[in-house]
Amino acid sequence: MPRRHHDVGGESGAGPIDQTEHQLSDWEILADAINQVLGVKGIRRTDESRRAREDMDKELYRSLSYYERWTVSMETILAEKKILTTEEIDRKVAEFEKKWGEP
Amino acid sequence: MSTGIAKFKPGDRIRVRMDDPPGHIRTPYYIRGKVGWVERVYGEFLNPESLGHSGDGLPKKELYLVGFYQNKVWESYGAPSQDRVYVDIFEHWLEPA
Amino acid sequence: MSDVHPVSNHLKAGEQQDHEHPRHELSYHAKRVYAIRELLLEKGVLTQEDIQRQIDYQEARSPANGARLVARAWVEPDFKARLIADPKAACAEMGIDATSLNEFVVLENTEKVRYLVVCTLCSCYPRPILGRPPDWYKSLNYRSRAVIDPRGVMREFGQGVADDVEVRVHDSTADMRYLVLPQRPAGTEGMSVKELEKLVTRDSMIGIVDALPAVPSL
Repeated sequence: MPRRHHDVGGESGAGPIDQTEHQLSDWEILADAINQVLGVKGIRRTDESRRAREDMDKELYRSLSYYERWTVSMETILAEKKILTTEEIDRKVAEFEKKWGEP
Repeated sequence: MSTGIAKFKPGDRIRVRMDDPPGHIRTPYYIRGKVGWVERVYGEFLNPESLGHSGDGLPKKELYLVGFYQNKVWESYGAPSQDRVYVDIFEHWLEPA
Repeated sequence: MSDVHPVSNHLKAGEQQDHEHPRHELSYHAKRVYAIRELLLEKGVLTQEDIQRQIDYQEARSPANGARLVARAWVEPDFKARLIADPKAACAEMGIDATSLNEFVVLENTEKVRYLVVCTLCSCYPRPILGRPPDWYKSLNYRSRAVIDPRGVMREFGQGVADDVEVRVHDSTADMRYLVLPQRPAGTEGMSVKELEKLVTRDSMIGIVDALPAVPSL
């Protein structure tokens, strides 16, 4: 099997390192916190989250930002553990969009 | 931190197994098949290969700090020959070399 | 305020407000995070207090914790010995909560050895000591290059390493978290611990650069 998409040590073709640091947005702080709480409560293990990210499609993994990957893995684990479903999240997002209004 | 049941001790020469199992593993691709030495025995830890798939992580696995000379890991490593890379590796990934 | 959504719909009162984006402009994933939070609260899986406690905990973690450890180690050889022998106990001694760390290892730079920490597989980092990792530490380029070209990476961050100094990279792949103890800069003999702490940057504790030089007194 070729090297997997997350396993990048020594991979050729890596360029200069972007040293710009961005201020975390609220949703990123929230994603971080929810993820930690789920860990503290024993609902998910760090290695499960890692596995969920490792099983992501390579193109998706590479195209997402750090906390976007976390969000995808959090959703995978929560669905796996039958705590909530993708459809529930879709419905909730639609509800929010209606409430928040579109541009 | 050693529990005394570790198979290897500091200074032992080891080779990282050249394996590629499916599922969640914590042994980087670049270090597989490479020869190094045991620097420290860290003791037993829950097995991430089980934890990653919602297992209980048992039995625990011995974890080692393993050192490698960079020029033995990368053919192209042009820098001074004493440079090293250290990786934390679980016992079932190591064999005597 | 008209373009910013009410705090009550967003993070709850007392949390940071996101002034960057009106809510309808949130990205696909950001919206999903808010939806996940709402659903987990509705189902009683977690509470707002649980979330707030974690946010507070993370906000309280910063490189200042690591700087306190390093500066004290510079001035007190006995503390340095304890910090290296049993880092978690040394943290407890300083009132730094490292209990959530599985294991913690301190790597001491010397004139002849320079350490650099990376996590090639994900983003393992001593968060209780340094806070959340910087973007570059989590980047694919750093994760790719730090192990194969540490000297080039260090040069890119502004400091080359002399050929007679050995570079040792630690790839944190398991339960151990690594903190570099940078060398005490020359000319800092007269400085207080508080002054020294200011020289200990986050990046120097990842090992990518040295601690800041002493500001020459005029």
